[in-house]
Amino acid sequence: MPNNKIGGHYSQAYDEELQQAVMRLLQMAGLAQQQLSDALTAFTSADLALAKQVKAADRKVNNFEVDISEHCLDILARRQPAAGDLRLVLAVLKSINDVERIGDLAKRIGKVLLKEEPGNRPQQSQLDELAVMGQKALQMLQRALVAFEKIDADEALDVLREDRSIDDDYARIMQQSLTMMMHDARQISISLQVSHVAKALERVGDHARNICEHTIFLSKGRNVAHLSDAELQQVVDKKRD
Amino acid sequence: MSNSAPVKISATDVKVFYGDNQALHGINMDVYQNEVISFIGPSGCGKSTFLRCMNRMNDTIDQCRVNGSILLDGRDIHDPSLDVVQLRAQVGMVFQKPNPFPKSIYENIAYGPKLHGLAERKADLDDIVESSLRRAGLWNEVKDRLDQPGTGLSGGQQQRLCIARSIAVSPEVILMDEPCSALDPIATSIIEELIDELKQNFTIVIVTHNMQQAARVSDRTAFFHLGNLIEIGNTNDIFTNPQQKRTEDYITGRYG
Amino acid sequence: MTIIAENPIKAVATPSLVQQKVIASLSKRHRKEKLFRRLGLSAVLISLGLVAVLFINIFSRGVPAFWQSAITLDIYFDPAIIKIPAKPEQQAEESDNDFRQRYLAWQTDVGFVNFNRLITDSLQTILPDASKHRRDLARFVTSGERFALRDMVVADPSIIGQRRTLHLLTDANIDVWLKGNIDRSLPDEQQQLSPITRQWADKLSADGIIQNRFSFALFMNPDSRSSLASAGLAGAFMGSFYMMLVVILLAVPMGVAAAIYLEEFAPRNKITDLVEVNINNLAAVPSIVFGLLGASVLIGWFNLPMSAPIVGGLVLSLMTLPTVIIATRSTLKAIPPSIRQAALGLGASKMQAIFHHVLPLAIPGILTGAILGVAQALGETAPLLLIGMKSFVASVPASPFDQASALPVQIYLWQGNELRNFFEARTSAAIIVLLMMMISLNGMAIWLRKKYEKRW
Repeated sequence: MPNNKIGGHYSQAYDEELQQAVMRLLQMAGLAQQQLSDALTAFTSADLALAKQVKAADRKVNNFEVDISEHCLDILARRQPAAGDLRLVLAVLKSINDVERIGDLAKRIGKVLLKEEPGNRPQQSQLDELAVMGQKALQMLQRALVAFEKIDADEALDVLREDRSIDDDYARIMQQSLTMMMHDARQISISLQVSHVAKALERVGDHARNICEHTIFLSKGRNVAHLSDAELQQVVDKKRD
Repeated sequence: MSNSAPVKISATDVKVFYGDNQALHGINMDVYQNEVISFIGPSGCGKSTFLRCMNRMNDTIDQCRVNGSILLDGRDIHDPSLDVVQLRAQVGMVFQKPNPFPKSIYENIAYGPKLHGLAERKADLDDIVESSLRRAGLWNEVKDRLDQPGTGLSGGQQQRLCIARSIAVSPEVILMDEPCSALDPIATSIIEELIDELKQNFTIVIVTHNMQQAARVSDRTAFFHLGNLIEIGNTNDIFTNPQQKRTEDYITGRYG
Repeated sequence: MTIIAENPIKAVATPSLVQQKVIASLSKRHRKEKLFRRLGLSAVLISLGLVAVLFINIFSRGVPAFWQSAITLDIYFDPAIIKIPAKPEQQAEESDNDFRQRYLAWQTDVGFVNFNRLITDSLQTILPDASKHRRDLARFVTSGERFALRDMVVADPSIIGQRRTLHLLTDANIDVWLKGNIDRSLPDEQQQLSPITRQWADKLSADGIIQNRFSFALFMNPDSRSSLASAGLAGAFMGSFYMMLVVILLAVPMGVAAAIYLEEFAPRNKITDLVEVNINNLAAVPSIVFGLLGASVLIGWFNLPMSAPIVGGLVLSLMTLPTVIIATRSTLKAIPPSIRQAALGLGASKMQAIFHHVLPLAIPGILTGAILGVAQALGETAPLLLIGMKSFVASVPASPFDQASALPVQIYLWQGNELRNFFEARTSAAIIVLLMMMISLNGMAIWLRKKYEKRW
């Protein structure tokens, strides 16, 4: 689906190339999403085969990253993009980094399951909580990608704010794990697993947040990393004359 | 830098007509001292016309009328008491195509100073010629053949000769009308490097079709479209995050 | 490898439809091109051939006229015949006027001397039976030569009583006879010369006493009607020279100045458009109209002398002016505007830009245009006829205000002379002189262009 914010160049091939960069990023993100979702399923249902599959899938995501960065390099060298086009290429370059890290994180979740000694499972309530948090992270990632595709700063800002809820979940799960560990020393290894997964999911949220920041940069032309909420709102609300 | 530097040229509501045709629709712009400002825009957008207003080169065109005021150091350049010769000595110009006089290299540089009586003795003139050529980075290449025709130099050297020629009369502002459009990339880089050095002593206004060049050499960039000044700002902002859609469309190669 | 090798062969074997059409149209195109080239070449060859015929014709007829039959005679300046008082010298107390009176009286005395006797006496010594044919004898040497002898005496009276070996021009008809320009088999009554004169001429020619010698008279003498053999081009040449001088001094600076003004300074409006159209029209006006103008305005109103080179020069200047203006303007137009802009950009005024940079570049073109205009004026006849320059002038003009003829007019006059056999060659010789003048002018144009044209 062509994005009319990207198209409109005199050179249609250029339109195509920029479109391609975004399309491939979304494809790559789709893979990473699938990977993360599989990792969550594998972890919560102790599906070792699926976990191995998740681990293997990371290679694909990594290949995508190399491929897209080369594509972007090509655009930079041959088209010398300016303004919005330049920001788009930069945003894609930055975003593939984040997506690749999300893939890594999914792999890490899978590894946690694979390293786990058989029968040494977290309690169902813990798994449920992780599943909820995971769904939140997945959803946030999905929305972040949609906002990116539409280059919609308002939506991105909205998504970005959701990171706080994931951070809250993480803090809660960590609190619970700590409590469990203090109560029962036998639970330490299980709680560590849970906190590893929770940490990974929290990082996914951060990366989704990063993608939203890239979207705002792409749309508004300002680097919004490390800005306060109020400042962010100001940037996003600034209309172009 | 721009905001702290004094204003060198201040244009207010400049309108230019060629006969019945209006080429500029009221341009307002300040050019600061010792900055490099570049004008970009599609052909026929009025950027060259505006450049040529600054040293009244438009006077040489029949049926060309200029309205509005252009102040150079606070003084109106259309003031009857200011002779156009004096203005052009203050505001030099380098043209699109290298146009050395068909005379020797020495004569090319010496012509301006002789015209304005800047050198009383031959030795003074020699000094001016040498220092101008040095500042234009051409001295080492031509010092042994000053008596040879300027038109025998390569295109890039010719353009530097033209820059040296305009430096020789010690102007304050140098206007450059697409100075590199006829040059190869290496000669272009040399001239761009030269512009960077000249910034120390001169205010430079450059018209260019090459947006990368504007991005490389200028501190500020102004975008013209259909005789209007659409946007002016720091070069960084114009090329990464222009505020006007028309600017963005132009610099990213879109049809607006 | 094999695939790569096959591909080009395939492509050649089956050309595409477009290529087939291109190939089909090629032969027609080539044929047309060949035809056009041949036409052009033959046009060039025909015109070159015509020019060659013209030149061969003129040179073969004209060059012999540069050598003329001259008789070598031992002239005795017999004091018995030249009975004149001593040449007067100006006395200390004598006024200029008195001296001139005295000198004129002396000249009159000299004028009465029969110098022809000196020639006939000398001829008698080599032609034994001459005394029976005194009339033929008196006409043997052209009549102008007696004045040459007189001039020798006037220049140096001490020559009286001495002998000098001189080369004297024979009568024009003898030249014609000896050069074979008349049919020798014609009966006596159709011959210009008496039988005895012809006999003498043949005999003296066989003895080597009459020889073809280089004819200085052609260059040094003015036109003559009484002594046709000594008629020369000096008068016409000087007339043309003075006119050229007037044209160069008037038309060239005026034309160049007008062109510079029109091209560089004049505002573009209806008036200048009108002027421009009229200049172009002026260039197309038949030259005889300029002659009418000269006759009615210059001679009629301003009372300038008839037949004077100054009037001819003025008329020719008017005629040349548009040529010079048009040539100069087109040269100025061709100077790249970048040079002008460069000078203006440095703070040169318009005037300075033009005089320092544009004009020096335009000089070769301007000179070429000017010289070609002058050369055209030099060859012009029609307007000169109308201002009286076709009248017979037997003296070399000393200034542009004296009566004179012009080379092309002289050619016209000689062409019409009754003594066709003699003047046909002279006419061609005069044409050669005119052509040489033109060629040297054109040569000068080329030289000047080469000199100023610096291809930098």
